[in-house]
Amino acid sequence: MEDEAQATFSSGSGSEFTEYWIDWFLGVRGNEYFCDIDIEYVKDRFNLTGLNQHVDRLSYLIDVITDAHSIDESQPEAVKLRIEENAKYLYSLIHARYILTPRGLVKMSEKFKSGDFGYCQRQYCKLQALLPVGISDVPKVYPVKLYCPSCQDLYNPKSSRHHSIDGAFFGTSFPAMFLQAYPELVPTHSTQIYIPKVFGFQLHEHAKLTRWRVHQRDKYVKNLLENNVNLSGPGGYVEDTDEKPTGKR
Amino acid sequence: MSNMAETINSDSSEELDTWISQYCSMFGRDWFVEVDPEFIEDDFNLTGLNSSVPFFREALDTILDLEPETPIRQQNLPLVEHAAELLYGLIHARYILTKQGLQAMAEKYEQKQFGVCSRFYCEGMHLIPVGRYDQAGIETVRLYCPRCCDIYVPTSSRYLNIDGAFFGTSFAGVFVKMYPEIEEQCQQSRNRVYELKLYGFKISPLAPSGPRMAWLRSTPQTVEEIAEYDACEFELPHDEEVDVEIYDDDDDDDEEDEVQVSRAIKVTPKPESKRADDASDSMKSIVKE
Ligand SMILES: [Zn+2]
Ligand SMILES: [Zn+2]
Repeated sequence: MEDEAQATFSSGSGSEFTEYWIDWFLGVRGNEYFCDIDIEYVKDRFNLTGLNQHVDRLSYLIDVITDAHSIDESQPEAVKLRIEENAKYLYSLIHARYILTPRGLVKMSEKFKSGDFGYCQRQYCKLQALLPVGISDVPKVYPVKLYCPSCQDLYNPKSSRHHSIDGAFFGTSFPAMFLQAYPELVPTHSTQIYIPKVFGFQLHEHAKLTRWRVHQRDKYVKNLLENNVNLSGPGGYVEDTDEKPTGKR
Repeated sequence: MSNMAETINSDSSEELDTWISQYCSMFGRDWFVEVDPEFIEDDFNLTGLNSSVPFFREALDTILDLEPETPIRQQNLPLVEHAAELLYGLIHARYILTKQGLQAMAEKYEQKQFGVCSRFYCEGMHLIPVGRYDQAGIETVRLYCPRCCDIYVPTSSRYLNIDGAFFGTSFAGVFVKMYPEIEEQCQQSRNRVYELKLYGFKISPLAPSGPRMAWLRSTPQTVEEIAEYDACEFELPHDEEVDVEIYDDDDDDDEEDEVQVSRAIKVTPKPESKRADDASDSMKSIVKE
């Protein structure tokens, strides 16, 4: 695709308008899950502690990200590309830290509410919005996954362009931190379970396993009630009556 | 499609694409298999469908590429075409439960034509189309994952107007019963439960974001759990200590329904379909994947 071929950042020369580096980065295909980091946060070296292990020329890269320095156009193409790759890498590493801060959480909550991370395809989650999460905090181990706060399970992103985004750029703690910061955004959980049927009869092994699972839930809920946990609000359970919709969905 | 009648000519019909093959090759129809015309010609297989499909006779003729006995009025052509699609879908739901139909669907399954489960721990398990209702016009097709035993809405919008009744409520169940290799493959890998963590620490079970859905993906592992599981053979274990009401507004009618449905019976594959041996062979390669 054309925009992919041009997905390198050229700072101005030739084009009529200059784009901020961060805006350019966020516009690159596949980077839809990232939020914009406040420049002040990037500039505060305290927030970047330890990141010099991951990239060379940290100060220079910060300047590139914050548009304090533009990449020297006279350098060989390979060098420019490497600087750019490193700047992207550094931004992404900072991102994992930033989204755990109050400001970062606000920005991610906006993206969450507008469905930027997609929706859970599970029938009983009723298109619950997802949250990005890493399986490891170490970069280059696992690509990003999506956490559904309704079924509390992990899913692969729907679009292949997100399959190569590193999960460490979001981190393992993000959804937990997010839901702790916004308890009102914790959804209720459907207790509905699908059991395959043959001519109206449930498959025995599946029905049996489901009964055992329901039993596990009952024990867990009993413990919650004994501890006076309120189950009528966020995090509680809903029993869908599974009313037949009038039209096709 | 509506000009099919003109293109049909009884002498050269063998060279022409049939209505069925044309229908199945349309955009977004790739989940349908081609129903054997012989199956459709057998009235027994159509029992009850004439009352649920308008223009039944005309629709049937259309599907079978037959000249209608009385010419269809121009204004009714779109209605007949629509009825033909509905009738074909309902016949399809029956056909895919036969040996031949199951084999054709197994081929598609093997080639991942219905997609893969996006659940991380399902590791790309192939999906099976299923309807939640056998009555047309209620809900579009869903996908069953034999690994997590859950159902999902298709990710691609092209399938969002395919009626679930065209695959039916029994298909996934019959399919996994017919090919027990799928279940064997899935059983070993079913107990992966994701646990949310904050800086490496588990969330308190009492917190709102605690593991409220861990039960959904759990399978019995310990000796105690397996004993508990065995006690679930026909009903929920009678444990007075665990008699909880999770919902605020309890509805006793629903409770009764649940008891009823939990009295499930063991199902054996459809009597008419002797083990589809050749199809099971082709399934073995799936298991190895
Ligand atoms: Zn979900
Ligand atoms: Zn699955």
